[in-house]
Amino acid sequence: MSTYQLDITKEHCPMTFVKTKIQLSKLQPGDLLEVFLTEGEPLNNVPRSSKEQGYNVLEVSHVEGNIHKVLIQK
Amino acid sequence: MGNIDLTTLNQPVNQKKLSLICFSGDFDKLVATFTLATGAAAVGYEVNIFFTFWGLDAIKTKQGRSFVGKGFLGKLFGFFMGGLKSAPVSRLNFLGLSPKIFRYLMRSKNVATLEELVEAAKALEVNMYACEMAMHILGLEKSDFIHEVKGVLGVTTFLELSEGGRTLFICSNCQSDFSTG
Repeated sequence: MSTYQLDITKEHCPMTFVKTKIQLSKLQPGDLLEVFLTEGEPLNNVPRSSKEQGYNVLEVSHVEGNIHKVLIQK
Repeated sequence: MGNIDLTTLNQPVNQKKLSLICFSGDFDKLVATFTLATGAAAVGYEVNIFFTFWGLDAIKTKQGRSFVGKGFLGKLFGFFMGGLKSAPVSRLNFLGLSPKIFRYLMRSKNVATLEELVEAAKALEVNMYACEMAMHILGLEKSDFIHEVKGVLGVTTFLELSEGGRTLFICSNCQSDFSTG
């Protein structure tokens, strides 16, 4: 099991979840992905869409300022 | 009950599916097409894009101006229609300057460019199809398109593919425009 990181703090619709989905598709089952994202649409959308896609959202935590981290397990 | 196909009955009724008919080769409308396509594919939609007429410019292998097509008129149209990198914007094209400005603005504001959206669509396995009739008029062949184009279709096959989902038509401007730059 490996842990990967993805920074989408500078991305906008639709690439926030598009990049998350592409990265998740490259992982092995059980791998973890830490996604760094900003408040608003990315923070609302990425955890929700990840759950809908069947991934486990293990944690959503505040990092600093308007940046949050979402921990997703494939 | 007669002969009911149980395999069909067991398929999910509300399978999420989005089918786009891309009639436009305009930069802004291609951005809209690929934004919808990638966004939908990322959240689990089956996505089909049916490229027809001007929309075929988006999937040509040669992305700039090139004499692609059969016959004198086909080659001439192929040249003026161009490809992804020579797509004009639908308004205020300014002889081809505006798409360059838009690309600059999108890069500087970290918004995915048209080329990035197309690459994402390929990575997300969006189904891309070319219109057989429009290809015939313009003298284009499947080999003129990127290899991700899954097939050449007519309208009836597209209707079968889009059955049970949502379909959107991305249209072109109805203006006489020779200022494609």
